[in-house]
Amino acid sequence: MVGFRQGVETTVPALRRYARALTRNAELADDLVQDTLVRALRSEHLFHGGDIRSWLYTILTNLNRNRLRSLARRPPMQAIEDNDAPDMTGPEAGARDIERALAVLAEDQRAALLLVVLEGLTYREVAEVQGVPIGTVMSRLARARMQIRAYLDGERPTLRRVK
Amino acid sequence: MIDRDSPVTEHELHAYVDGEIPADRRNAVEAWLGSHPEHAARVAHWRAQADAIRARYDAIASEPAPARFDLDKIAHASRPWRAVAAAAVIAAFLVGGVVGWMAHGASAAAPSRFDVFTAEALGAHKVYVVEVRHPVEVSGSERPHLVQWLSKRLDYELRIPDLERAGLKLVGGRLLPGPFGPAAFCMYEGASGERFTIYYARTDSPQTAMRYRAGDGFAALYWVENGLAYVVSGPPERERLANVAQAAYDQIDKAAPAAKP
Repeated sequence: MVGFRQGVETTVPALRRYARALTRNAELADDLVQDTLVRALRSEHLFHGGDIRSWLYTILTNLNRNRLRSLARRPPMQAIEDNDAPDMTGPEAGARDIERALAVLAEDQRAALLLVVLEGLTYREVAEVQGVPIGTVMSRLARARMQIRAYLDGERPTLRRVK
Repeated sequence: MIDRDSPVTEHELHAYVDGEIPADRRNAVEAWLGSHPEHAARVAHWRAQADAIRARYDAIASEPAPARFDLDKIAHASRPWRAVAAAAVIAAFLVGGVVGWMAHGASAAAPSRFDVFTAEALGAHKVYVVEVRHPVEVSGSERPHLVQWLSKRLDYELRIPDLERAGLKLVGGRLLPGPFGPAAFCMYEGASGERFTIYYARTDSPQTAMRYRAGDGFAALYWVENGLAYVVSGPPERERLANVAQAAYDQIDKAAPAAKP
């Protein structure tokens, strides 16, 4: 099925972007994308039309959720990367600020926010990806935005300047 | 937060930022924001957040995709499945299949919960999948009632997964007498009439990885999560069964722990 392969292939860049923002770790992100592709190609015969992109986001979102759950069952194995130099300013500090703000969110809130603002999915599509009603998606968005604002206001008042 | 009497809701503000506001409400929201500067500031902050997120991550989508994402290569080289933590369930299943078989031979004296539950589930599967007129007690069209009823009888908030994505429709479910109390049993049907079932029973066994058992023209995958044993049974095509079980597992796993004290 050429259309299916093509659909998957053209989505790879967006999947990498989403995975990176979701995990904030380049290596982990590409592992997730690879697992998503493996799963998608193996499930090709189960794909009965519909939006390939949403379907791939769904697989990746679920894989990441499972990954976090299995990590939560074990003691932490890996130190969290933290090579932030203090007193940084400018766009790089801003980029790190938003990364850290994303890190404080609950997984489902982070996924909902990223799917909307980074990946440009509609609320309806996000509801399908997350398997919840649209109202739940909107509540997740609202909580995510409130927490990011609180984090940035509390921790780094200067981020307001970052656009 | 917006107070309750406001003509503009919190959700509308988010929909406005995300371009999801209906056209006939856009002007009303904009006018309201004009007279509510503190909310206009929140909206501006949300937009700045979105800009910062895009500024940080957008460039990744323009990078050339690494060679490891070549789809032909993945399609040919992905056996055995590459397992990071996320895919560990599948890996555990492949390994567990072997362990399951060895355990099968070794444990004839004292059957494990795995032996007991898979035997029960496969027994029910064999009896009911051939039923044409009465395969279930409660039809899948009454899903909320089915969930409520079976949850009540098992005293456990059951999740009956939607397997449409795996090409399966819910036929319905029934209550069964299990070896240690009531068990729930749900049946799904695919496009060509193939049937899969999920068997649920309370257990005090600790969490397990998926384990595989085949025999008599049927196969089953068993796992335990949060005090509930699950057995997914179906035709003995290992890969399809794994896909169905994975889809079920993902949805069951998605929800928070549901065990009642």
